[in-house]
Amino acid sequence: MAKKFEKGKMVPVPSRSIIPERDLDKSPILECSHLGIDFGGLRAVDDFNLTIGRTEIAGLIGPNGAGKTTVFNLLTKVYQPTRGTILLDGIDTAGKTTTQINRMGIARTFQNIRLFSDLSVEDNVKVGLHNQERYSALTGVLRLPKYWRQEKAAHERALELLSLFEMQDLADHKAGSLPYGAQRRLEIVRALATNPSLLLLDEPAAGMNPSETAELMENIVKIRDTFQIAILLIEHDMNLVMGICEGICVLNFGRVIAKGTSEEIQASPAVIEAYLGKGRGS
Amino acid sequence: MAFLQYLISGISLGSIYAIIALGYTMVYGIAKMLNFAHGDVIMVGGYISFCTTSYLDLPGWVSVVFAVVVCTVLGVVIEGLAYRPLRQAGSLAVLITAIGVSYLLQNAAQLIWGATPKNFTSLINFQVPEFLGRLNVSGVMLVTVCACVVIMLGLTWFTSQTKMGKAMRACSEDRGAAQLMGINVNRTISMTFAIGSALAAIAGVLLCSYSPVLQPTTGSMPGIKAFTAAVFGGIGSIPGAFLGGVLLGIIEAMARAYLSSNLANSIVFVVLILVLLIRPAGLLGKYVPEKV
Amino acid sequence: MKQISAYFKQMKTVTKIDYATYAGVVLAFAIVLAFQSAGLLNRSITGMLVPICCYVCMAVSLNLTVGILGELSLGHAGFMSVGAFSGVVASMSLGFTGAGDVVRLVLALVVGAAMAALAGVIVGVPVLRLRGDYLAIVTLAFGEIIKELLNSLLVGFDENGLHILFNYDGSRVVSDLGLTENGVEIIKGAQGVAGNQRLATFTVGFVLVMITLVVVLNLVRSRTGRAVMAIRDNRLAAESVGINVTKYKLIAFVVSAALAGAAGALYGLNLSSLSSTTFDFNASILILVYVVLGGLGNIWGSVVATIVLYVLPEALREFDNLRMLVYAIVLILVMLATHNQRLRALLGRLIPKRKGAAAHG
Repeated sequence: MAKKFEKGKMVPVPSRSIIPERDLDKSPILECSHLGIDFGGLRAVDDFNLTIGRTEIAGLIGPNGAGKTTVFNLLTKVYQPTRGTILLDGIDTAGKTTTQINRMGIARTFQNIRLFSDLSVEDNVKVGLHNQERYSALTGVLRLPKYWRQEKAAHERALELLSLFEMQDLADHKAGSLPYGAQRRLEIVRALATNPSLLLLDEPAAGMNPSETAELMENIVKIRDTFQIAILLIEHDMNLVMGICEGICVLNFGRVIAKGTSEEIQASPAVIEAYLGKGRGS
Repeated sequence: MAFLQYLISGISLGSIYAIIALGYTMVYGIAKMLNFAHGDVIMVGGYISFCTTSYLDLPGWVSVVFAVVVCTVLGVVIEGLAYRPLRQAGSLAVLITAIGVSYLLQNAAQLIWGATPKNFTSLINFQVPEFLGRLNVSGVMLVTVCACVVIMLGLTWFTSQTKMGKAMRACSEDRGAAQLMGINVNRTISMTFAIGSALAAIAGVLLCSYSPVLQPTTGSMPGIKAFTAAVFGGIGSIPGAFLGGVLLGIIEAMARAYLSSNLANSIVFVVLILVLLIRPAGLLGKYVPEKV
Repeated sequence: MKQISAYFKQMKTVTKIDYATYAGVVLAFAIVLAFQSAGLLNRSITGMLVPICCYVCMAVSLNLTVGILGELSLGHAGFMSVGAFSGVVASMSLGFTGAGDVVRLVLALVVGAAMAALAGVIVGVPVLRLRGDYLAIVTLAFGEIIKELLNSLLVGFDENGLHILFNYDGSRVVSDLGLTENGVEIIKGAQGVAGNQRLATFTVGFVLVMITLVVVLNLVRSRTGRAVMAIRDNRLAAESVGINVTKYKLIAFVVSAALAGAAGALYGLNLSSLSSTTFDFNASILILVYVVLGGLGNIWGSVVATIVLYVLPEALREFDNLRMLVYAIVLILVMLATHNQRLRALLGRLIPKRKGAAAHG
C-alpha cells in the first residue's frame, strides 16, 4: 500500500483502494472523492470514493436501487454532482458537460440500450468516430478530397472495430433490427470508437445467456488488453464480476460498504448482509 | 381609468382563450396529441348557434344547447374515425391527420354556409349598469368571465373527484398502466374529446358574440392563440390553461393599447417565447427530466 | 462497361437511391422541356412550374429539420417569406442600379438565403433548447411574428441607397421614406410588394432544386449528417459519444432555413406583386404535409409528394368547390392507410411483393 503513495502523481483517496500491482507506478485514470448527489431530500449517492488504475477492470456491484447507475451518470455528468470531485487523468471535471467528458476520455454504455436505432450498424460506429474525423460541414457538402479520404478511413476503422465482436457482416443492417445481444455489443463498439481511456459498461451481460456471457467476459479482457484502457462495469452476474474484475466496489443505499478483490468481497460480512439480509444469530 | 378598461377587455378576451385552451389542454394531456381541428370545432359551434337563432328563430339558450350537443357528437365522431385508428402511430402522423380534419371542417363549412361572412347577432344583449364611474362593461364580457371561471372550477372538480376524471388523470400519466388497472382507455379518450368539444362550442358562441363576424376560418386564429395559451400556462394543466389564457388576453389588450396595434400578436408570441426559455414547461407545467 | 456495373453493385443502397433521385429530377426536367418546346403545355401548367420547384426546395429543406433532425417546425414558411422579401428587395435595388438580369437573380437568391439563415440563427439559438411540441409552438409563433413584422416594414431604394422604415405604430406611410423622385418603393407595409420584375424561370428553378438536393443529401451522408441523425435517434447517447448537440442542431436548422430562403427568393421573383399573407401558417402546414406524406427523412419522397400534391388540387379544379374537401379527405385516408397497422397489413397482403424499403438515414 505504501508504494502507491510514493509513486502516484496524485494522492489517491485514503480509503482501501483497489488498483492492481501493474498500474501502481502510473497515476490513476480516475479518482472520485466524496462524490454525492441529492434528489430532493434523498441522498442518492453519498461520500463515494473510488480510484481506478490505468488498465484496471473494476466492478461496481450492489442490490437494486443502490445507486450504481447514478454513479455512472455522475461520472459522465448526465447529473451534476452536488458534492465531491472527479479527477480524470488528474484533471478536474467540474462544470464539464457530457459531451466534454467524452472528449476527455470517458465512454459509456447504457442499462436500457440507447442505440441510434434508425441508423445502420456501421453508421452507429461512425458516429462514435465523430471526433476523430476532422472535416467541416461545408467540406462534407462539397465532397472535397478530404471528405473522401476521411470517410474511407472511418469506414475501415468502423469495420475493424466491429470485427472485434465479429459483427462486420452486420454493418449494413439497421441497428434497431439487431437481436438484443448484438445491440449490447454494438453499444460497446460505439463507445470504444470514441477512443476512451475509461470505458463504463452498465450491465453489459443483461439478457445474455451463459455462453454469450462467457464470450463477453473474454471480449472485455481482450478489449482491455488491446486498447490498454481501464474498464468500470456494473453487473449483476456474479460469475462475470468475480471472474474478470480485479477490484470490486460494493454500493448499498448510495454508500460504499466494501471495496477490495473478489475474495475479500465474498468474505465481507457487510456485503453478505446487504445482499441476503441480516442472518439470525450473526 | 383607461388602463382598467383595457384590463377588463383583456380579461374577457383572455377568458375566451382560456375556455378554448382548457379543451386543448385536456385533449393534449390525455390523448397526447395536438388537435389542430379544435379551432374549427369552435367555428362549427358558432355556425350551429347562428343557424338555430336566425333560421329557426329559437331562443339563444336553446341554440347554445344545440351547439354543444352537435359539437360534442362531432368531437367524438372525429376522434373515433380519424384519431383512434392512429393510436399506435407517431405523433406527427396524428398531427397531419388533425390538419386534414381541420381542412375538412373548414371546407365543409364553406360548402354548407358559403365563404361570405355571416353577421352573428350577439346572444347576450343585457347591459351591465355603469359602475365605478365610466367603465364600459358589456354583458358578453361579464358572461364570458363567469363562464370561464365556472368551467375551470368544474373541470378541476371533475378531474380530481369523479371516477371518470380520475381515469383521465391515470391515462394522462401512463396509458399502459391505466389499461392494466382496468380503465377503458378508448372510452376515456372519447370522453375527453366530448368535453373538449363541448367547451369549444361554448367558446364558439361567446367568440361570435364578442366579434360578430362568422366565416369558415373564424376558428383558426383563436385556436392557435388558445394553443399558445395552453403551452404558456403549461400544457396538460387545467389551472395552467386558465392562467395562460387570461394572461395572454391581458397581454394582447395591453400591447394593442400601449405599444403597437400592428404588432400585438407578435408581442404576445415574444412573451410566450421568453416564458418558455425561462420555464421550459410553461408557467404551471411540471418539468419532467429524461430518465436515464 | 463491366467496371461501371461492378462499381454500381458495390455501392450502398442509400447511395443508389441518392443517384436515382438526381436522375429522376433531371429526367423530369428534360421531359417537361421537351413537352414545352413541342407546345404541349398550356399556360396553367407552365405557370405552375416555378412554384413547384420552389415548393420542392421547401419540402426537401423542411425534411432536413423534421425528418433528419427530428424537430417539428410549424414556421417554415416564415423563412420562405424572409427569403422572398429580401430577395425582391435585392433584385429591385440592383435593377435600379442597372445590373443585368442574371446578376440580379443570382444575388437575390444569395441574399434571400443569407437573410433566412440569419433569421434561422436568431430563432434557433434560443429555441432549439426546447423540446418537442414546445419547439413546434415557438416556430409557429415565429412564422406569425415574421408576418406582422413584414407588414409594418417600409423599404425603398434611390441614389442614396436603401431606405428602411419600421412602421410599428401604423402612423408612417411610404412618403416618409424620403425617396428622391427617381427612387423605387419596394415594400409598402401591409400592401407588400408591387411592380416586381419577374426574373424566375423554370431552368433556374431546376438548378435550385438540384442545389438543394445536393446540399441536403451530401450533408446527410457526411459526419455532420450522422451527428444530426444521432441526436434525433437518441440525444443522450449522442452526447455520450462526444457530439455537441446544440451545434449540430443549429447547423441543420440554419441550413434548412437558408435553403427555404433561397426558395422563397425564387418564389418572390416569380410574382409581380407579393404579400406577406402568402406565407402564413397554412403555407407552413402545407409544406409539412408534403414532407410527412413523402416520408420523414425520405428525400425523394418529399420531391414526389410535393409534385403530386401540388398538381392534385389544380387537377381537381373542375370540381371547384369540392376540390379542397376532396383534398382533405384524401389526406386523412392516406394517413390512415399508411399508419394504421391493421390497414397496412391488409394492403401488404393485397400487394404481395413490395420492394424498396424507405431510405431511412
